[in-house]
Amino acid sequence: MSDDSDNYMDAASFEGSDIVEDYQSSNPSEAFSDDDVEIEDNEAFIVNEPVKPKKSKFDVDYKVYDINDIISNQQSETEQVCSIFGLQRQDATILLRHFGWNREKLIERYSEDPERILKQVGLAPGTSASAQSDSRANSPVRLKRVKGFTCEICFTGSEDTSTQTLALACGHRFCSDCWKMHCEEKISGQGESRKIECMQGDCQTVMSEQVISQVVPEYIFQRYQTLANKTYVEDNRRGLRFCPGPDCGNVIECQVRGSDLESLIPIVVCKCGQASCFGCSFSGDHRPALCGVTKLWVKKCEDDSETANWISANTKECPRCHSTIEKNGGCNHMTCRKCRHEWCWICMGDWSAHGTSYYNCNRFEDKSGKDARDGQQKSRVSLERYLHYYNRFSNHEQSARLDQELYAKTERKMDEMQRSTSLTWIEVQFVKKAVETVTKCRMTLKWTYAMAYYLDRNSMTELFEDNQADLEKAVENLSELLEKPLDVETIPELRSQMQNATNYVKSRQNILLEDTLQGHMEDRWSYHITIPSLA
Amino acid sequence: MSLPKRILKEAERLQVDAPEGSYRILEEYATEMMFKGLKPAQGPDGSPFEKGIFSLELWLPSSYPMEPPRVRFLTKIYHPNIDKLGRICLDILKDKWSPALQIRTVLLSIQALLSAPNPDDPLANDVAEHYKSDEKAAIQVSKEWTHKFAQPA
Repeated sequence: MSDDSDNYMDAASFEGSDIVEDYQSSNPSEAFSDDDVEIEDNEAFIVNEPVKPKKSKFDVDYKVYDINDIISNQQSETEQVCSIFGLQRQDATILLRHFGWNREKLIERYSEDPERILKQVGLAPGTSASAQSDSRANSPVRLKRVKGFTCEICFTGSEDTSTQTLALACGHRFCSDCWKMHCEEKISGQGESRKIECMQGDCQTVMSEQVISQVVPEYIFQRYQTLANKTYVEDNRRGLRFCPGPDCGNVIECQVRGSDLESLIPIVVCKCGQASCFGCSFSGDHRPALCGVTKLWVKKCEDDSETANWISANTKECPRCHSTIEKNGGCNHMTCRKCRHEWCWICMGDWSAHGTSYYNCNRFEDKSGKDARDGQQKSRVSLERYLHYYNRFSNHEQSARLDQELYAKTERKMDEMQRSTSLTWIEVQFVKKAVETVTKCRMTLKWTYAMAYYLDRNSMTELFEDNQADLEKAVENLSELLEKPLDVETIPELRSQMQNATNYVKSRQNILLEDTLQGHMEDRWSYHITIPSLA
Repeated sequence: MSLPKRILKEAERLQVDAPEGSYRILEEYATEMMFKGLKPAQGPDGSPFEKGIFSLELWLPSSYPMEPPRVRFLTKIYHPNIDKLGRICLDILKDKWSPALQIRTVLLSIQALLSAPNPDDPLANDVAEHYKSDEKAAIQVSKEWTHKFAQPA
């Protein structure tokens, strides 16, 4: 369960702040002189234990698996199928892979017509002439030396040599080198692990894991197993997804349907600490923006649409030949380099009509000039609007990074202080807590701007913006406290200030998230565009 | 570096026993493992490509026969499954490839494809569209092209 991993909601839940208050009340500076140092230490230790987060109704249930869990899950699923139908393990694995690990479907289909299913997945021996009569079950596929064998693929081997060979249940016998190359090509070349078939054309007999392990070198087989685990996760319809964290191979299981994403933001936190969205695979916590909004916003910020916007806001087109012109200085008498048309930058009208009376530019009512101005005005407003939100969005990202840097510096200073003064490690932990909170809240704020960009202007949006403003003010306040110099004398005061501010920020974040997420569920927010569905 | 036995053997067999009579290897299967200009003497009888002589380029990747050979038409051809660059849409040249298949089988399949164009799985969309909307006219174009581009020099 997610409970054992330190959860994001730690920062957002009230319970987290309760604990901090507990800690405040047991004044650690007294701990040293007291006899009950042990107890104090214990209590202090609890503070840093992962807090069991209170589940809010906006959280989703999920599990985090590591690679060993994934392997044992596959084994237990395979074993269940084995025990139901009395199959061999390798055959059950092949069947499960064929059905995308959908056990129910496999059981249903297999019960209907086992023969047909076995044939379909390539487990029934083919009707090849050389097929051996003995059944698969009692003659496991083994490498075999055959004298006078010529491989039909590489044409090596002759009358008087003996060759290491292998044939699957279908009886198509080839030399082991060709099998090895075949598997290597499939595994390393094509990344195939679901199904590696017999080399004979049209023969669909599947190579089992045990056979593959006989013919390929160890490192290829390991690659095969890695791929097989990966396909297990990808094929699995029960809702498995890899954690997007760097170098993290953990898998997260979560039950979210595509249609839920219109009202729910399934943020999951892996054991490696990486928060991600199970709905849209975004690697980060994009609450309170919905997956659809996130997708739109990320795309908008990435693609060139804003370049085009800039062009239309900062340039004008020559009224005659429509070349794009940027005025970078000089007077308003424009002469197009291309078509030599002379026109007025201000009113877009023909320059000849201006004559000497430029300053009374009396072409104001000119229809075409007016349209051109209107069009430009519009795109300028739209660009300004976008930049408003984007600047705030990216500013919080930037600030979060700067806060982290500041913390790194502070941490060094705290280290020094611990050595030179009587302060203990636990006494300076409040800074860490504050930085974490600021960082998380900045992420939330960041995404409120992405969301606000798409929101309609109405009273609901105003409420949203009030919450946003409150949180922003609180965060900036705490961020400012973080920048205050640390001195031995001022520490107790700063600590209480910072702890209070931290708690306040947390509660503001909580209010904003709860209200916004509730709003998603109640369909309270209206957007001025259609939010694409990810279902 | 000498060629793998498999390729030598295939070349040998092709000389002797080429499908439908007369494939000739025009250039020596030299160091790059390239059979160039394998020439089917003619398109299959009864097809719009009848009597045409089409040059094919056949390139064997280093992991051949584990990977399929790359085959391309060098002669222009009006066919829904063969595009302007001569690339061929054929399952055994892609995912249905099996190491037990040979150049010989590939050539046979290509001939079969010439006899039976499949506009429902097109590579050259415009040609396929033409074949679907007005098969007669399309076949006529194919014949014209065969006459124009696929005649022996």
